[in-house]
Amino acid sequence: MSKAGQSWGRYPHTTQQILAVADRHRSLQTNNAPCLPYGNGRSYGDSCLNDGGVLLHTRTLDRFIAFDPATGIVRCEAGVLFAEILDISVPQGWFLPVTPGTRYVTVGGAIANDVHGKNHHRAGTIGHYVEELELLRTDGQRLRCSDKQNADWFAATVGGLGLTGLITWATLQLRRIKGPWLIVENHRLHNLADFFSLSAESDRDYEYTVAWVDCAAKGTKLGRGLLSRANHAPACPDKQPHKPSRRLRVPIAPPMSLVNPLSLRVFNSFYYHRQRKNIVHTVSHYEPFFYPLDAIGDWNRLYGPRGFLQYQCVVPLDTANETILELLRIISCHGEGSFLAVLKQFGARPSIGLLSFARPGVTLALDFPHRGKSTFNLLDQLDRVVTAAQGAVYPAKDAHMSGQSFRQYFPRWDVFRTFIDPGFSSSFWRRVME
Amino acid sequence: MQKILIIGATSAIAEATARRYASRGARLYLVARNAQRLQDMQADLLVRGAKSVQTSILDVNDIASHEGMLQNAWALFGNIDVALIAHGTLPDQEACTQSVTTAGHEFSTNAGSTIALLIPIANRMQAARRGTIAVISSVAGDRGRASNYLYGASKAAVSTFLSGLRQSLFKDGVGVLTIKPGFVDTPMTQGFKKGALWATPNAVAKGIVRAIDRNKSVVYLPWFWQGIMLVIRTIPEFLFRRIRL
Repeated sequence: MSKAGQSWGRYPHTTQQILAVADRHRSLQTNNAPCLPYGNGRSYGDSCLNDGGVLLHTRTLDRFIAFDPATGIVRCEAGVLFAEILDISVPQGWFLPVTPGTRYVTVGGAIANDVHGKNHHRAGTIGHYVEELELLRTDGQRLRCSDKQNADWFAATVGGLGLTGLITWATLQLRRIKGPWLIVENHRLHNLADFFSLSAESDRDYEYTVAWVDCAAKGTKLGRGLLSRANHAPACPDKQPHKPSRRLRVPIAPPMSLVNPLSLRVFNSFYYHRQRKNIVHTVSHYEPFFYPLDAIGDWNRLYGPRGFLQYQCVVPLDTANETILELLRIISCHGEGSFLAVLKQFGARPSIGLLSFARPGVTLALDFPHRGKSTFNLLDQLDRVVTAAQGAVYPAKDAHMSGQSFRQYFPRWDVFRTFIDPGFSSSFWRRVME
Repeated sequence: MQKILIIGATSAIAEATARRYASRGARLYLVARNAQRLQDMQADLLVRGAKSVQTSILDVNDIASHEGMLQNAWALFGNIDVALIAHGTLPDQEACTQSVTTAGHEFSTNAGSTIALLIPIANRMQAARRGTIAVISSVAGDRGRASNYLYGASKAAVSTFLSGLRQSLFKDGVGVLTIKPGFVDTPMTQGFKKGALWATPNAVAKGIVRAIDRNKSVVYLPWFWQGIMLVIRTIPEFLFRRIRL
């Protein structure tokens, strides 16, 4: 997967010592340098990096501990991938209760970022499905945490960016399914107003909703895109078994980013016009529906050696229309727009973690090729809009927000700080605490 | 349903191989020194689909206890379809040059104990006229090199023994597979700087299972090591002695 000690955005560049954690029963060896757990490196920015310190690689903690097919409760070590859970659970009628857009995240990483998915409006975040976890601290202490036991530690560790200690194992409650298929409807959105009306309506009847927006479009076309909504299908015995398409891979990073204003315009336009009808109904296997980008290995290399910056924000619902419009306008004017901008309305269920990102409102996610100063200027401009709207930016995807913004977005940072393991730190944390 | 015996089961390559058999619903009998790790593996393999997992604690250098373990495994399973011998150490060549005791001990771990296990396993399979014996040897056994010739010599002993055993068991329908991995990123090689030639335990495990399924005799993993070792074997001695490898 990703290179040791690199984040998915391939920016910033850091150096750190790598220590593999292979035995969950042993205490941590820290070499007296600040440590940070590192799962599968799918965080985009610097929240999974620790310049000058130690990264505790957890992919070697990849054993299942128990799975009960009657109740759908799975207990496993923190380095197990969501993909590995799906491999064993789907054939037995269970699915992840919440999943991000890639299945190559570790259980520990998903909890540390309190990840959300296309079902947030119904299900909340992954933290709501963590029955229990074990936290190992550098002083050798082991804390079993849940919403009943050590609940304060639980709230700090869910969404805690790996800073409260090492999650050694966790227990998750999975969701019942009848099979691997989903009934999907794709709607064309002509503009942003379409998104708001259709999204609110869809959230009532559909478990999964998400929209892709063409952020290269301008003027009246601003906000055009596709909204996809879906429910798990009842058993489809007549469907052919899903054959995973031959996995493509980007073999090397090209010397310059292949993502540029021209390719963006072409791609976004193609994506929008690919669907001619206003509504298309399909039955889709869960892999292409939830994880379209997983089909292209190392797709992050397309952005060239300088990497890219992700930006995901959430803004309050009552002013969302204007705020999102303004954000899209800034991006569109800037001309550096992103491949696909993802829009999704979050539900009302409060997240558990002190630093959880997901909160009621509308979330927008984009990525920008890293072009140095001009990219940072753009992010600053976006940050100003989000700050003014009382929104927040997602640390898992960030490599740039200021400490001041962070403290506004996450007002409970001060409480959180007391739960940090004294032997732990991260590049992200040092940056936002400056 | 396949019945699999794995000796040195907690080694990274063996564990990855065990997972592949578990996902097929195999029954597994795991042998290793560390009780806790065996217990963790047992739980993991059951979740991954193994029909049953038995474990047995054994130090391979305690040759007197081999027979009891094998009796137990055969008594439980009736017969064994695949016996994978995967234990081994990577001795420090310098330490082996300093101490005959260390050299002897390492040689017994990597060659003596393996041969001691192979004889009774082969006899049982020969009597049953079925089964496959697969042993993790190494590319290092193909030619002695200054950097690790004690390890190389012990793997050469294993490879040569297996070659003879394969001939001897052929008429009985028992398969013997010599597995020659190149550089594999495992705890055994933690101290090494990793480059393009390094493979993951999972990739090697995939090759092992495929080679066993196809009843192969010798397999280099990944495949390109066959070419590399061909070149290394053909370098004439007057040149070979001058280069450092």
